[in-house]
Amino acid sequence: MSEKKKLVIGVIGADVHAVGIQILNHAFEAAGFDVTNLGVMVSQEEFIAAATETAADAILVSSLYGHGELDCRGLREKCDEAGLKDILLYVGGNIVVGKQPFNEVEARFKKMGYNRVFGPGTAPEETIAALNEDLK
Amino acid sequence: MKPILMIDFGSTNTKVTAVDLDEQKVLGTAASYTTVQTDVNDGLNNALKLLSEKIGDLEYEHRYACSSAAGGLKMISCGLVPELTAEAARQASLGAGAKVMKVYSYQMTEDDAEEIQQLKPDIFLLTGGTDGGNKENIIENAKILAQIPLDFPIIIAGNRTAARTCEKILTEAGKNVKVCENVMPKFNQLNIGPAQDVIREVFLDRIIKAKGLSKASQLISGIMMPTPAAVLAAMELLSKGTENQPGWGELVAVDVGGATTDIYSMTEGLPERTNTVLKGLPEPYAKRTVEGDIGMRYSANGIVEAGGLANVCRLSGLSEDRVCELMELITTHTDTMPTTEELRNLDFALASLAIKTGVTRHAGTLEKVYTPLGEAYAQTGKDLSRVDKVVITGGSLIHVDTVDKIAAHALYDMKEPGSLKPQRFEVLVDKQYILSAMGLLSQYEPDIALNIMKKELKSYGIAE
Repeated sequence: MSEKKKLVIGVIGADVHAVGIQILNHAFEAAGFDVTNLGVMVSQEEFIAAATETAADAILVSSLYGHGELDCRGLREKCDEAGLKDILLYVGGNIVVGKQPFNEVEARFKKMGYNRVFGPGTAPEETIAALNEDLK
Repeated sequence: MKPILMIDFGSTNTKVTAVDLDEQKVLGTAASYTTVQTDVNDGLNNALKLLSEKIGDLEYEHRYACSSAAGGLKMISCGLVPELTAEAARQASLGAGAKVMKVYSYQMTEDDAEEIQQLKPDIFLLTGGTDGGNKENIIENAKILAQIPLDFPIIIAGNRTAARTCEKILTEAGKNVKVCENVMPKFNQLNIGPAQDVIREVFLDRIIKAKGLSKASQLISGIMMPTPAAVLAAMELLSKGTENQPGWGELVAVDVGGATTDIYSMTEGLPERTNTVLKGLPEPYAKRTVEGDIGMRYSANGIVEAGGLANVCRLSGLSEDRVCELMELITTHTDTMPTTEELRNLDFALASLAIKTGVTRHAGTLEKVYTPLGEAYAQTGKDLSRVDKVVITGGSLIHVDTVDKIAAHALYDMKEPGSLKPQRFEVLVDKQYILSAMGLLSQYEPDIALNIMKKELKSYGIAE
C-alpha cells in the first residue's frame, strides 16, 4: 500500500458534533494522509482498536462539548497497555469547561500524555504542519 | 416431468428432496439415518428407498448435495482486535456455513497452538490488520500455525502487505495455503465474500474426501456445500428475489437443532431513528449466527441456563423437580422423542426459550446516551424491529402444533427495551423441511427455488 502516514481521528466521549470532524477528514486527506475517521461518540477503546488494526502513526482526538478533560484521561496509558507505545497523540477543540488560560490547559493535557494540544479555532493547516514535523 | 434430487447429509439424518422442475413443485421428501462411519451411501440409499415408496422410481436428471455430517465444517479463525478483524473472520466463517470452534485475537501463543492441535479444525482462517495496517501480528500468528503438526488448510485473508510473508512461512512449513482478499481491507469495511468463496473451494477439494463423503460424491452432479451455507443461500434468495420476481423482503429465520440453534437475518438492519449513532462493524445483509450452547437435546442445559429454570417451569407448567428429572432424561438420551404430554410441554418451553435467547443474541442493541446536547442513541448490531417475517425450520419445531406460540418468543419484549427484536411478524413454517434443498436448487434454478419456497412455507398467522 501507500507510504502515506496513517491517522485515526474522531470525536471522543458522548460528543455528537459531526461537522467539524468531516472537515478535518477532508483537510487531512487533501494534505496526503491516510485517514481513518471514526466519526462521533468514539470511546477510547475504539480509537485504540482502529489504531491497532491500521497500524496508525497518530491518533487525533477531537472534543467540542467541554467534557474533553474527563474523556481524554487515561488514553495514553491504555495505548501503552495495548502495545501502541510512543504513538503520537493530539487533542484539539473546546476541550475544557469554560474559558481557561490555554497554557494551563495545554500543560494539563500534555501531562496526560498528549504530544500536542490545540485550542478552539485552530485552523487545520496548523495541525497539518505539526503532523508533518512530528511524523518526519 | 423433469425430476431432480437434493440430498442433505445431516449429522443424524440424510434427507432427500425430489423436485419437479417442470411443475415447479416438491414431489416428495424422505429421511434415513446418516451412515458416515461406514458407507455414506447406505444411508442415502435407505432414504431413496423410502422416497421411491412414496413417489415411485424416478430417473433424476441431477443430484445436488449439501452436508453437515461428521461434525460439519469445523473452523478456527484468528484476527487482531477482537471487535474488528477477529469478528470479521468469525462472520466470514459463519456465513460460509462453518461451525466456528474458536476465534483467537491478538498474538496466538504456544498454548493456543496446542489447543488448535487438539481441536483439529478442518480449515483455519488467518486474518489481521487492514491493508497497509498492522503486519506484525498476522506474521507472528503464521509462525505459530507453522509449528502445528497437522495438515489442515490455512486461508490467509488479512493485511495484503503481509500476506506473501505469511504464505511463505506456512508453505515452507509444508502447509496447504490459499491467499485471498482481506476480510477487512479498510477500517470497519467488511469484505467477507472472497474468503467465503475460498472456504467453499477448500470444502469441495478436501473436506468432502476427509469426511467420507467422496463415495457419495460420485453419484452427485454438483455442489457439495455445508448445509448452513445452503440455508443461508435459500433465505437470501427468498428475501431478495431474482431478476424476474421480487422476494419477500426483510426476514429472520430460526433453526433450532438438537445441539445448536442457528439464526439467520436478511436485512441491512440500519437504525430507524435519526439521532442514532451506529457502533461497531457493519453487518452483512445475510447474517448467520450460531448458538452452540442452545439446543433441544445435547445443549438443553444451556437453554435452562440462559432462559432460567423458573421460565422453563412457567412455560411448561411442570414443577421444578419434574423439569430437572426430564432434563436429565433428554440430555442423556438425546434421541428422546416428545411422546408424552409432559415431554411435549417441556419441549415447548425449551424451544420457546431457545428462540428467545437465539434471537436476542442475534439482534442488535440500542443504548440511550445522555449527552450535554440531549438524548442520543448508540446502536450496535442489526435493528430487526421492522422485520415482518420469521421463518421457522428444524426437525424439532416444524411438526409441533404450537409452533406459532413458540415463534412468538422472537418478539420484541418491553422488559428489554434495548434489544432490537421484531415487533410484529408473520410466522412461516418450513413444514416439509426443504430450505437446505432450496438453497442448493437456488444455485441452478433460482426462480424455481423461489417459487417453491413461496408455495411451501406455510403461514401460521401473525405474532405481535
